[in-house]
Amino acid sequence: MRLFVEEVGAILILLWRSLIWLFRPPFRGLEFVRQMDFVGSQSVVLIVLTGSFTGMVMALQGYNGLHRYGAETMVGATVALAMARELGPVIAALMVVGRVGSAMTAELGSMRNTQQIDALASMAVDPIQYLVVPRVFAATVVLPPLAGIFSFSGMVGCYLLSVHYLGIDGGTFMAAVRYYVDADDIGHGLVKAVVFGLILSVIACYKGFYATGGARGVGIATTKAVVASSVMVLISDYFMTALMF
Amino acid sequence: MIRLEDVHKQYGHQKVLDGVSFEIRTGSVSTIMGRSGAGKSVLIRHLIGLETPDSGKILIDNSNIVGMGARELNKIRRRFGVLFQEGALFDSVSVKENVAFPLREHLKLSEKRIADVVHEKLALVGMTGHEDKYPAALSGGMRKRVGLARALALDPELVFFDEPTSGLDPITKGVIYRLIEETHSVRSITYVLVSHDIEGVLDVSDEVMLLFEGKIAMKGTPEEIRSSADPAVRQFLTGSAEGPMAIE
Repeated sequence: MRLFVEEVGAILILLWRSLIWLFRPPFRGLEFVRQMDFVGSQSVVLIVLTGSFTGMVMALQGYNGLHRYGAETMVGATVALAMARELGPVIAALMVVGRVGSAMTAELGSMRNTQQIDALASMAVDPIQYLVVPRVFAATVVLPPLAGIFSFSGMVGCYLLSVHYLGIDGGTFMAAVRYYVDADDIGHGLVKAVVFGLILSVIACYKGFYATGGARGVGIATTKAVVASSVMVLISDYFMTALMF
Repeated sequence: MIRLEDVHKQYGHQKVLDGVSFEIRTGSVSTIMGRSGAGKSVLIRHLIGLETPDSGKILIDNSNIVGMGARELNKIRRRFGVLFQEGALFDSVSVKENVAFPLREHLKLSEKRIADVVHEKLALVGMTGHEDKYPAALSGGMRKRVGLARALALDPELVFFDEPTSGLDPITKGVIYRLIEETHSVRSITYVLVSHDIEGVLDVSDEVMLLFEGKIAMKGTPEEIRSSADPAVRQFLTGSAEGPMAIE
C-alpha cells in the first residue's frame, strides 16, 4: 500500500513538473509536432479500423436487443449515444495505450538505461521538459480528435450495416440520431478523452522515465504502464460518468 | 577548480562514498581509479550533479553544487562536457545531429556555423565521413569518439570521462587516450577521468587518485602511484588477487 501511495505521489509530481515546464521556455514546437504526428496521425488508420468494426458490432447487438421490443429503428440513436459518451473515448484511449503508451515507456526506458536521459541533464537540458512535456501535451491534445474519429467511423459502420444489411431506413436512422444525440453527449465524450490522454501519457512517461534494470526492466515497465494506464482509464471513466451522468 | 569536502553517499545499508575529499587543479588531467563497483561512476554522477550526496560539499570554482537550484546548476553544466561510459548518444538522430545538439540548445548559431563546428569537432576525433550514420551503425570505439566530439562541442572548460576505454580493444583504447591527450593540448581544459584501466590512465594523467572503500586511499602523480608502497595501490597496480581489496 505504501509503495502504491508513493508511486501515485511520484506520478503526480511528474505531472506537476510537466505542467510547470509546459509554460516555460524554450518551447519545443518541433518536438510537439513530432509527438502529435506519432500519437495522432499515425494512429488514425488503427482508430478508423477498430471504430468501424465496433460500430458494426454495436449495430448487430443493438438490433438484436431492440428488435425484441419492435424498436429496431432506434439502433442508430443507441449506438450514437454509446459511441459519443463512452465507446469513442474509452476504446480510442485503450488503442492509444497499446500503440503509443507502450512505445513511450519503451523508448524512455531505453533512453534511461543507456544514459541518454543523463546525457540530456548533463548538457543542461531538462529531460522532463524535453522528453515528457511534448508526449503528455501531444496525447492530451490529440486524444479528443481520435475519439471523435473513432465515434464517426463507428457510426459510419453502424449506418452501413443497419441500412444495407439490417434493412433499417436511412432517413429514420439519421433522424433518430439527430433527435437523441445532442452537443452535451459529444462534449462529455471529449472531456473524457482529454482526461484519458493525460492519464495514459503521464503513466507511460513515468514508467519509462524511471525504468531501471536493463532490457528486462524496460519490458517490465512497459507491461506495467499498459496495465496501469488501461485500468486507470476505466476507473476514471466510471467517476467521470458518475459526475456527468 | 573542483573540490570535494567530506562527501558521503549511502544506498540502503551500502556506503558507497564514505568521506571523499580531494581537489582537482584547473587545466589538469586527473583520474579517479578504482575497482569495478568501487563507486567511481557514482562519484562522477555527483560531480555532474546527477546525484546528491547525503552530506558534504562539491565545489566547482567555489560554487557548491549540492542543493543548488536547477537553473543555477544548469548554468554550471553549460561549462561541462561529459563522455558517458557507452557514449550515451541519442539513437534517434544521426552522428552530426548528436554533435549539433548542445549547439542548437545553447547557442544561437546559423545552420552554416553549426555545420562548420560539427565538422570541426568530428574531424578532431577522426570521425569525418560518418556524419549521416546513426549510433546503432557505429562500433563501441566510434560511439565514444562521437561522444567526445559532442562533449567538446561547446568548448567546455571541464570534461568528465566515465570509463572512456571500457570494453574497447587495445588499439581503440590507444586511439581514445591519444585523443584525450591531443584534445587537451589544443586548449587547457580540465579533464576528469574515472577508469580502472591503470596502464592507460597513468600515461595521460597529471594526477591520479585511488578510490577504495569509499575514500580516496591515495593521491599523487603517476610516478608517485607507480612507486607507492601502499598495499591497496600495489594490489591495484599488479592486479593481484591477494591484498586489502577483497574479492567479493
